[in-house]
Amino acid sequence: MKTEVRLPQTRRAMNSNSLLLLITIVLFVVMYAIGCMIYADKGFSHVQTFLNLLITNAGLICVACGMTCVMLTGGIDISVGSLIAMDCMILAYGMGVKGWPCIPLLIAVLLIGVVFGAVQGYLVGYMKIQPFIVTMAGMFFARGMTAVICTDQISITQDANATFYAWANQKIDLPAFLGYTNSKGKLQIPYIRPAVIIALLVVAVIFLVLKYTKFGRSLYAVGGSESSAVMMGLNVRRTKMRAYILSSFLCSIGGICYCLNTMSGSVQQARGFEMDAIASSVIGGTLLTGGVGNVIGSLFGVLITGTINTLVTTNGKLLSSWANIATAALLCFFIILQSVFAFLKNRSK
Amino acid sequence: MSSLKKLTDKTLFLPLFCMILVLLINVIKSPDFFSIAIKNGVLYGRLVDILNRGSEIAILAVGQTLVVAVSAGTDISVGSVMSLSACGCCMMLAGYGVNSTTELAVPMIVGMLFGVLLGGVCGAFNGLLVSKLKIQPMVATLILFTAARAIGLLLCDNQITYIRYEPYKYLGNFIPGIPIPTAIFITIAVIAVISLLLKKTALGLYIQSVGINSRAARISGISSSKICFLCYLICGLCAGIAGIVASSRIYSADSNNIGLNYELDSILAVALGGNSLGGGKFNLAGSIIGAYTIQAITTTLLAMGVSTDQAPVIKAIIVVIIVVVQAPVFKAWMQTRSARRLAARAAETSGKKEMAAK
Repeated sequence: MKTEVRLPQTRRAMNSNSLLLLITIVLFVVMYAIGCMIYADKGFSHVQTFLNLLITNAGLICVACGMTCVMLTGGIDISVGSLIAMDCMILAYGMGVKGWPCIPLLIAVLLIGVVFGAVQGYLVGYMKIQPFIVTMAGMFFARGMTAVICTDQISITQDANATFYAWANQKIDLPAFLGYTNSKGKLQIPYIRPAVIIALLVVAVIFLVLKYTKFGRSLYAVGGSESSAVMMGLNVRRTKMRAYILSSFLCSIGGICYCLNTMSGSVQQARGFEMDAIASSVIGGTLLTGGVGNVIGSLFGVLITGTINTLVTTNGKLLSSWANIATAALLCFFIILQSVFAFLKNRSK
Repeated sequence: MSSLKKLTDKTLFLPLFCMILVLLINVIKSPDFFSIAIKNGVLYGRLVDILNRGSEIAILAVGQTLVVAVSAGTDISVGSVMSLSACGCCMMLAGYGVNSTTELAVPMIVGMLFGVLLGGVCGAFNGLLVSKLKIQPMVATLILFTAARAIGLLLCDNQITYIRYEPYKYLGNFIPGIPIPTAIFITIAVIAVISLLLKKTALGLYIQSVGINSRAARISGISSSKICFLCYLICGLCAGIAGIVASSRIYSADSNNIGLNYELDSILAVALGGNSLGGGKFNLAGSIIGAYTIQAITTTLLAMGVSTDQAPVIKAIIVVIIVVVQAPVFKAWMQTRSARRLAARAAETSGKKEMAAK
């Protein structure tokens, strides 16, 4: 009798959204475990491999957080990949060719992100144009601007800017007990890079903003039901605009992290990055229709897409396009899963 | 004033206006713009070049118009699907893993049909996601936007497959003895088939009614999801055909470059054609004029020394301007402004009359 009473309660607690998050976390653990088993000889099970996952995907984590905020309002931002390319190009061109100092350049990049987001946000929020059209125009605009700045591939060398170079190569050691002894008998201490700290800070801040601030809650409200949000007295247009500004701003931070990794700028950089960011958010349990999701899920989403990339590159024989196909297939799977859940929810009503 | 308004209200006003504007700029810049000559037995000239190069965009715009009309969303996978179908075609013709071939492994028509079929499969996949699973069109097509190009790379074993077989070049260039580029004929054929389909059957009407209100259409007995699926299928097939033409031009399958940025061009063509990106009523002729206008813009930009990588900046700005002008919010704002001005003028004249009466 008692179990019968408790059953509905547990089912309610275990609603479809947390189920999606659970699936994501389980999927990540399973994928990583499979990687450890297959590529044990290539050092997949070392702590450093996991940390490398964070290091290479620091930019993606920032971008996915911004993407989650936009998707919470029911919109989408596909300009992120191109914006990153533009940011990297500005940094690389400024430091590598012009020899400008890095702090003003970084501030300029962040400002450009805010302005870019403000224009997109104004068009989406106040002009009520479909987010996809606006951000697609933004995507081509930013990619084109990258080519306008410079069409060559520029790398940032130590001579060009010693400060930025030092940041990029700064190792932050973790406690030694996480390390392992390599074949030569030398202890390898695991490390992270500054970009990881930036990315994790972004996740923490956005998590708190979404959970405890008025702005964060209004994002959920707008995405859940726009008309109800209007009736509650929320300024829907302003909220949407702010979401896009936040997304582009975080994207600029992500662009800086990305640039710290690649240390170069080129027109072809970060192509298809928007796909990774959207896939990460969707895999992390953010609903495309808006109103549901959080950045912790997105973090795991990034880790999953990162693991796919690592698995493909560790194999060495597979073409790199397999990673794209796998990410797209996974996105497709989760989208279908979402629409199945939505269908079941509607039917139970 | 009223005749001007009547003129601007015509459906084909926007595309024709833009077309004439672009042509005028060209004529001013280079007076020999319209000159057409026959060299080596084929037509030669800027105008022919625009008509020829614009073929892919025009073919894509046909499919894209239907998709926009029926689902108020756009298919952003068309460029990638083009590259996939080109790769599929070349893979069939050359055999897997062959880098360059002068002899075909299968008859040419089989390879081309396979390419178009691949486009159709992609279209069907998009259609399934949008019509049956009710996923936002742009998210659904985003999957193939990334995946199709990657699959194309796999089909060609990560290299550029060359088909050095003379007849394969006919499609994108010239058939010996005929002075008009072959691609123009293909475009005309595609447009003819689709417009016959729309005019002679009720399909055009169905698409509009589903686009305007899909629920009302379903209640009045139209299978909304089937119509939606069909539109995506047609769009995929169009992308497949465009891919084959593009591949024939360079007699190879360059997965990374075929169809690059064509999604923007095709959507821009639809918007320039005076079609609302919000779905519903559509005008195929407008889209096609729009497509050639874009090609004219591209050619002009290239002639002015803007690189292919930089051209999207200007196109993106044009898209935003068109979409803003089309937006209901903007229209309402303009209306209130003109109403206010009228009211002010009325107040002014009545004030003058009062003065006169005194």
